[in-house]
Amino acid sequence: MKKIEAIIKPFKLDDVKNALSKVGVQGLTAYEVKGFGRQKGHTEVYRGAEYRVDFVPKVKLEIMVDDDLASQVVDTILNSARTGKIGDGKIFVFPAEDVIRIRTGERGKDAI
Amino acid sequence: MQNINTGDTAFVLISAALVLFMTPGLALFYGGMVRSKNVLGTIMHSFIIIGIINVLWMLFGYSLAFGPDKFHLIGDLSWIGLRGVGMAPNTSYAPTIPHEAFMIFQAMFAIITPALITGAFAERMKFKSFLVFIIAWFVIVYIPVAHWVWGVGGWLRNLGVLDFAGGIVVHASSGAAALAAAIFVGKRKGFGTEPMIPHNIPLTIIGTGILWFGWFGFNAGSALASGSLAANAFVNTQVAATAAIVSWTVVEWLRGGKPTTLGAATGAIAGLATITPAAGYVSPAAALLIGLAAGLVCYYAISLKFKFGYDDSLDVVGVHGVGGILGTLSVGLLASTAINSAGANGLIHGNSSLIGIQALGVFTVVVFSFIASLVIFKVVDKLFGVRVGEEDEITGLDLSQHSEIGYDLSGLGGSAGEFVTANAFSTQSSEVLSVSDETSLTPDNLP
Amino acid sequence: MKKIEAIIKPFKLDEVKDALSSIGINGLTVSEVQGFGRQKGHTEVYRGAEYTVDFVPKVKLEVLVDDNLVSQVVDTIMDAAQTGKIGDGKIFVFPVEDAIRIRTGERGSDAM
Repeated sequence: MKKIEAIIKPFKLDDVKNALSKVGVQGLTAYEVKGFGRQKGHTEVYRGAEYRVDFVPKVKLEIMVDDDLASQVVDTILNSARTGKIGDGKIFVFPAEDVIRIRTGERGKDAI
Repeated sequence: MQNINTGDTAFVLISAALVLFMTPGLALFYGGMVRSKNVLGTIMHSFIIIGIINVLWMLFGYSLAFGPDKFHLIGDLSWIGLRGVGMAPNTSYAPTIPHEAFMIFQAMFAIITPALITGAFAERMKFKSFLVFIIAWFVIVYIPVAHWVWGVGGWLRNLGVLDFAGGIVVHASSGAAALAAAIFVGKRKGFGTEPMIPHNIPLTIIGTGILWFGWFGFNAGSALASGSLAANAFVNTQVAATAAIVSWTVVEWLRGGKPTTLGAATGAIAGLATITPAAGYVSPAAALLIGLAAGLVCYYAISLKFKFGYDDSLDVVGVHGVGGILGTLSVGLLASTAINSAGANGLIHGNSSLIGIQALGVFTVVVFSFIASLVIFKVVDKLFGVRVGEEDEITGLDLSQHSEIGYDLSGLGGSAGEFVTANAFSTQSSEVLSVSDETSLTPDNLP
Repeated sequence: MKKIEAIIKPFKLDEVKDALSSIGINGLTVSEVQGFGRQKGHTEVYRGAEYTVDFVPKVKLEVLVDDNLVSQVVDTIMDAAQTGKIGDGKIFVFPVEDAIRIRTGERGSDAM
């Protein structure tokens, strides 16, 4: 079992979710994060005072998958989140030991 | 100056202040309905218009709209820079108040009318192009139309067209321009597929309250005297707004499932826009009918954009355009000389000719404003391009056009940014205007 | 050392926190997240335009525990977060290589 984390551009969230649904991913968690990377931030100006904001709003996705699905899910995210411009984000893959569905207590593959 | 009536003067000056208040109210009304990344860009549209239009109004706008008539189409320039617009009354327009008071009351109408259009192209228009469009529209459409309908010698006024407070001049003309804007500027990226949810409906409700409050100045103030006609217009304003809230909410509940807050607020504005041309010509009972009709008709009118596929983002066409037309026609139906002897009787009081005159007046202005707006957009597009780039549209107008954000939520996590400089006037400041990923200095993001 | 992540219904947060306190877990991190899964979202209507919102608000907990506590913590979260209805959420278990307390530089079990 793997946990796949993806940091993507916020406006791509729906595209990625729909693409993942098509390949059978039934659940994911998303939240707003701030990223600092190659993509430049922006400047805000208030009454002449200038502020540089380096952190760029991003959405982080977390998806649990069976080992054999991991590469397909990574590819799906890659294709649906890509714009070709700096700031498209990154995908990380982590090992996971167990998953438990709270409602039923099912574990492992059955709980994904 | 013995003719000056202090009560009338006080009333008209206060009414002018009320009408001014409507434009910041409109800014909040519209601002709440856009996505949070565009709240300031939307508010700024209305706010900058107050500045620009009022300056143009005193320089030459008032003279061209209300000055001595040329060919029944436009005023001349004899009142340029308010020359001769002094403290004595102008007996043709308002015999009991200073001419200056009438001029500044009219200035507020000239301000809010172009501001109404901005709802149609919200969230995607380039700021510079917006400014050029608004100035051109003010000169080419608003000034002539105000002269035709309200100016002494104007051809629609001579025909007997009745527009008490701006159903034609303000609402129908801006609604027609809004349709041209929605069609020409095109849909927002993602319209019809991505959610474009109002980010702050309470802000919209505050704006509704300010608009409603100001509308008493708009309609009752248009009596230009503190007396029985002003009282009648005041009552009609309240009656129509409340009736339209009720009818909008009822039809929405019956058809759409649930009564919504935004629907109730929109109903109030529809009722207010629709009663505007009729407020000083009809009885309160007639105003009740007009308000009920406004809620129903405008409710259906705002769904047309989905049927025909134009992105009138904040429903200027459905609320102001359709409301202005409906109200203007309702004058032809329900007007009574018992209410206003300077007006005329409508169809139900035995005069079948008024409705035709009203229809001619409103449809002429709608067609003129629509075509002129399309032409102006075409020229502006050739010169500067009307839309912001895709990346700027995704970023939002607040940052891409103004370098500001409406809501600083950095206290809830994340960085508030580091202080760079307090010298906004240094020659280097333009380099920071790029907000999109790789955009470097291009003519488009230079000020 | 393990990291336990739980995605739960937001109103269950206090119950879960109290239950974890009672078994001696005194540190956890909470974030508001959006979940997409079997639980249906809702519909919003603005001036007649209808939107379906697929993402459901959830709370994510992150707890670091020693290996021998994992099953007890998982059971505690499950008991406290369960309502028996769809949308109760999931618990994930991940291996962790190290933990460091920033203030003191303590590592491993001492840092938890």
